[in-house]
Amino acid sequence: MNRPNPITRKLAVSFAMLVFVGIALMFVASEYTAYQVTTALAYGIAILGLNILTGYNGQFSIGHSAFFAAGAYVSAILITFAGWHPYATLPIAAAVTFSMGFLFGFPALRLEGLYLALATFALAVATPQILKVDALEHWTGGVQGLFFDKPDPIFAGLSVDHSLYLVTWLVFVVLMVGAWMLLHSRSGRAIMAIRDNPIAASTMGINLALYKTTTFGISAMLAGVGGAFFALANSFVSPDTFNFFIAVYLLVGSVVGGIVSIPGALLGGLFYVFGQEYAEEFSNLSEMIPPPWVTFGVLLILMMYFAPFGIWGAIERGWARLKR
Amino acid sequence: MDLFLQLTLAGLAIGSVYACVALAVVMIYQATDHFNFAQGEMAMFSTFVAWALYQVTGSIWLSFLIAVALSFIAGIIIERVIVKPVENAPIFNQIIVFIGLLMIFNNLAGWFWEHTTKTLPSLFPKHGIDSTLISTHNLGVILFTLLILGVTFCFFKFTKVGLAMRAAAANPDSARLVGVSVGWMLALGWGLASAIGAVGGVLVAPIVFLEPNMMSGVLLYGFAGALLGGVNSPGGAVAGGLMVGVLENWARQYVPGGSELGLTFALILIVGVLMFKPAGLFGRVIIKRV
Repeated sequence: MNRPNPITRKLAVSFAMLVFVGIALMFVASEYTAYQVTTALAYGIAILGLNILTGYNGQFSIGHSAFFAAGAYVSAILITFAGWHPYATLPIAAAVTFSMGFLFGFPALRLEGLYLALATFALAVATPQILKVDALEHWTGGVQGLFFDKPDPIFAGLSVDHSLYLVTWLVFVVLMVGAWMLLHSRSGRAIMAIRDNPIAASTMGINLALYKTTTFGISAMLAGVGGAFFALANSFVSPDTFNFFIAVYLLVGSVVGGIVSIPGALLGGLFYVFGQEYAEEFSNLSEMIPPPWVTFGVLLILMMYFAPFGIWGAIERGWARLKR
Repeated sequence: MDLFLQLTLAGLAIGSVYACVALAVVMIYQATDHFNFAQGEMAMFSTFVAWALYQVTGSIWLSFLIAVALSFIAGIIIERVIVKPVENAPIFNQIIVFIGLLMIFNNLAGWFWEHTTKTLPSLFPKHGIDSTLISTHNLGVILFTLLILGVTFCFFKFTKVGLAMRAAAANPDSARLVGVSVGWMLALGWGLASAIGAVGGVLVAPIVFLEPNMMSGVLLYGFAGALLGGVNSPGGAVAGGLMVGVLENWARQYVPGGSELGLTFALILIVGVLMFKPAGLFGRVIIKRV
């Protein structure tokens, strides 16, 4: 009865390794690198949400910038106006964005594939405008946005950026493990069954509405937590930071990392930040080299032809071939 | 009353532009069952091409015509080279390809022409009519759009190619059996949509200023128009586009806080239509057999 399950052992090993790598990296990374990795992880958390929603549940969103923005603003507002400790705002940001996603999941129920993409597209395009509205200006700071301080180091001797990096990394690893456990549970199988064949799934007794709205809520919550970390890392939020292109870039990160995977979220977040930086440097070499996001657009299309499951998908398939 | 009329007429003018975009969206939707999310950026790019040509030729009409022709050819090439390989791929892959196109065009425009706003002169004379109700540009936009729509309608109704295109969209297999080259009809559809988008872009540029992000809002209103009219009805898309333009202008004036929430209005409209009347006002209800 008490035989260790090989799957849980794999999970425990990955968890320990990720925590170890995260702490080890902290000793070699400069403050700026730590800040960059923190941003990458913030995007990574949001991408994890996107992967669960799109990759595993088959619901399309090109509007996750809206939830990313909501999480960032909830955090920023609580810090600025209520004087909360930055980390204490995270659960609130998570709860608020979960509710938002859950509620948005209801209209999403009636919208399949393309129409859902369209509705979320509209949400993303409208977000900056909603954040700028005069009536909310007292809370959101209008076009200027809000400024606040980064959280103090969690223990003495650590720089502000390193401390935030460590917290973000640990939270990310915990969320990845949580996502892994969710997707390998009974609920996870239901989530994937809905993606593969909704009609068959409902015949099997799966409550489509409940699962789809909850998945939307979880996904939005992850985007919100990512947004909150993004706000903490930059110690500032403003409406135009969260334009429609953030949603597009999150999607790019998700596809490049591997949309039907959990580790792909980490790869996607790192690609978002570092891929952009290197591509930027590369394009500065010559007038003839296009800017990063042109290259990434081309990359995105090529991936759809040759590697629709992204980097992690390629790794998994390569590994499976080696083992054969 | 004057204000109301002014608002309505200005709404019809901007609505004409939305109608162009909506029509382009519906054309591709009918042929392929997909919304082209890159439609707005393609139209923006065409408009920049028109602007660049205008700098060289000095004639706005000449630049306009060349830009529309180039857009038509570019649309065909894009369908043949980029979209065709994912023709039968899952919807996810196709949307990602559209997003890729969107990124490429948006950033290429920023790279070629920089992110500063440019002014593109109106196609229509400055002092044509003497009226306080409507500007010459807006009147020109409305009439010109009606002309374009009339031509498109006649093309689909009375020409052989138009009939073949409708056949290819309605029933690809049967169309293939009677000798219609379905693949080329799709490409032609992309070409036409891209050309119509270019017309919309050049018409709207004097109103919203030319810059790489000018079309994202317009595309959203175009989508809203297409949905409101019915995604499988070109005539409905045009009516929907005009309605969205007018409604938006009224909302800006008469709804408190409406002036800053135009896009939110489009969002509510899109979600509302999708929830309560997914076929739109003039569309057919599609019944799917499972």
